[in-house]
Amino acid sequence: MRYKPLVIYLFISSIFFTLVGSIWKIMATLQGLKLTEINFNINFLLALLLSLSLVFIGNRINHLFKILVLPLIFTFIYIAINESAPIWYNVGILLISLFFTNRVKNYNLNYLKEDFVSEKIVFDFLSLFAIVFFAFIILFPFYLMFVTSFKLQAALLYNPLDLSIDFTKNISDQFKSYLVIFKTYDFGRYILTSSIVSIGTVIITLIFAIPAAYAVARLNFFGKTFLSTSILIIYMFPAIVLVIPLYTVFSQLGLRNSIEGLLIVYTATTLPVAIYMLQGYFKSIPKEIEDAGLMDGQNWFGIIIKIIIPLSLPAIASVALYVFMIAWNEFLFSLMFLDNPKSFTLSRAINHLTGDAETPRQYLMAGSVVVTLPILMIFVYFEKYLVSGLTAGSVKG
Amino acid sequence: MNDTLSKIEKRTAYTLLLPAVFLVFAIVLFPIFANIWISFKEVQLKDIRIPEPRAKKIVKSIPEDKTKLKIVYRLRNSSLIEDINNIKFSDNLPSNIEPVELDSRCEFKSKKIKCDFGNWEAKYRQNFEIIIQNINNDVIDKNTIKSQKPKLSGDADNILLTTKFTLKNFKQVFNENEFLDLLLTTFYFTFFGTVGAIIFGMFAAQLVNQKFYGRTFMRSILLFPYVGPVVALAYTWTLLLDPNSGTLNALLVNFGIIDKPINLLGQKYMTLNLLGFDIKLRLALTTVIMFEIWRYFPLAFLFILARLQAVPKDLYEAAEVDGAGPLRKFINITLPQITAILSILFMIRFIWNFNKFEDIFLLTGGASGTRTLPINVYQQGFAVSNIGMGSAVSIVIVMLLIIFMIIYFKLIGKRANEI
Repeated sequence: MRYKPLVIYLFISSIFFTLVGSIWKIMATLQGLKLTEINFNINFLLALLLSLSLVFIGNRINHLFKILVLPLIFTFIYIAINESAPIWYNVGILLISLFFTNRVKNYNLNYLKEDFVSEKIVFDFLSLFAIVFFAFIILFPFYLMFVTSFKLQAALLYNPLDLSIDFTKNISDQFKSYLVIFKTYDFGRYILTSSIVSIGTVIITLIFAIPAAYAVARLNFFGKTFLSTSILIIYMFPAIVLVIPLYTVFSQLGLRNSIEGLLIVYTATTLPVAIYMLQGYFKSIPKEIEDAGLMDGQNWFGIIIKIIIPLSLPAIASVALYVFMIAWNEFLFSLMFLDNPKSFTLSRAINHLTGDAETPRQYLMAGSVVVTLPILMIFVYFEKYLVSGLTAGSVKG
Repeated sequence: MNDTLSKIEKRTAYTLLLPAVFLVFAIVLFPIFANIWISFKEVQLKDIRIPEPRAKKIVKSIPEDKTKLKIVYRLRNSSLIEDINNIKFSDNLPSNIEPVELDSRCEFKSKKIKCDFGNWEAKYRQNFEIIIQNINNDVIDKNTIKSQKPKLSGDADNILLTTKFTLKNFKQVFNENEFLDLLLTTFYFTFFGTVGAIIFGMFAAQLVNQKFYGRTFMRSILLFPYVGPVVALAYTWTLLLDPNSGTLNALLVNFGIIDKPINLLGQKYMTLNLLGFDIKLRLALTTVIMFEIWRYFPLAFLFILARLQAVPKDLYEAAEVDGAGPLRKFINITLPQITAILSILFMIRFIWNFNKFEDIFLLTGGASGTRTLPINVYQQGFAVSNIGMGSAVSIVIVMLLIIFMIIYFKLIGKRANEI
């Protein structure tokens, strides 16, 4: 019997179990439960006990039986020792212990004798912990944004820890923040502006980028290598160094506070990456297909429209989605160029809301949900295309 | 024959490229060079408007004589600092109406009053009056006179186009005591933001590269912080970290971890006691770096995951046969396979974090020791309203960027295409 793996297993599994338990406790607090103690020590001892019994029982009894009975016993002891809590909280504890026992059901004294088993255990639990950790830190802010937008001012001030949604309110109270931002703050208009600007940027960028990318990918001309390297270099220059000259020139030309001005700037700043991404794809199309088109007497326009575009639709979709995302999320230029509420984009409008310190936060969060939801839905739906766009274009960000 | 074909090809290429190249030149390259020009000038935000002559027309009736009207033009120079030269004025009168007497600067011709006002210095302000009468001795309708707007034109120097240059801006940028602090803050933010994002990205990639239930779900939510709009996410974090009613502080106080709320975004320093040593931590800056890491580790994750999935599986199998544990496999196989991508990522992310503006601006606005170079461009240009200074800071950024790019292409160069 080697004791080192056993000790490592007991230590890590107990810590993991206690941590997950504590996270559950914190989440419960955020749902309005009044819990004030984490009881780290007692819970750690309990977890240690569970881990110990699991590994000693090992394969001696049926796995299914083990997975069902041990967590039940554990949960009852837990309820007895800890602060009293409602049923749903304890059901959560039971589920966590079920998940935990299921995860370590294969651990037994024989398994602990294998080579490198301590390292394997460490890695197993590290990745388990990482799943919980990453899921939590990523989803929590989004959850906070979402929940706050459904709150009333009084509830927010009364208890900042309560992050539950009160479903007993009537519909108009529930969606009050959304009603207010659409009625009082004119968010319908901003959604329209943002959509026009983003979709317009996509269309104009593609119209400019496809021919240019075709030329870079296929045609021979003087200065080709220079051009293709400078595309990347230009792309590296950030918006912040362009802002002051553009601001002065746009002021004098009267292009500030106009959608046209934004369209021009967004198109120009996304063109290099669009050309870069598209020409890479165009190069991968076999040249013979185009030669066939040339034989048929097509000119370059016909080749691009009839051959290149239909063959590279996936790449064009990636570019389009990536450009859409950049334009939809863009903030710096809209901050600089727009100061008339009539021409605001969504991002600028939300920023404008914070200008008045009196603006309740639930309105701010409702606006944030309105700007975030569309882009996340597009991302989830077209994930494949957007990810390839991100990978190609995300030297920037 | 061949010759003409290649000529046609060239011409086609230039036609196809021209629109895109022109637009990028006008909006991206031109401003970079314009920065150099502006940075040597003394320009304030309010000077940007081109000075123009203006006239406000006021029509007054004369009680004793209904057939006559008095028109007062309130003339002024819109600029407070620039002169306007060669000012021409014109206003139309309806038929049958003519001025009684005219200034020597003006003449009346084909129903039009035309004047030559010469030069107006800055802040010029004067009234100009004429009396008009109906030649048929009828009553003049006031409104028809009012509805006609006078036209003015004049030549003024556009302050951006004059050749007055000064080194004042650059002197001010470098002489400022804070410049070193500014540079240090920028590097601190950039370095830790980049390294943190890469480390987190590496862990996330290593995680998703394994098989587990819910892996595709995990993969998509890992990209959420990058895909979401920065405005929404930054304000959510502000809400989360708020000292008075933020969730995080309330939680920590509730479980007794801290005594009283900490203003994570508004406090410049925090003293930490670690093993008996007092460490002064730049609190607000650290919080901003945390946000930066949270928002950009998905990118590192995406790249590293793509690389990890390309590592041949038999390498690991062979290592297993040789008796290597998970840790050895990670150090001896995984790490060497991803060092190239890690270094490329570091360089690229370093350059981009160096230029980050929105994240810091939205979280702290550059207060509490989070002022970096890009924030300074905005503050000089728009908060202090000194466009020239803002441009000078931009130039410093561009210079540093060029140095980084040279290093990047020297070190990585053509290998960048391998990723």
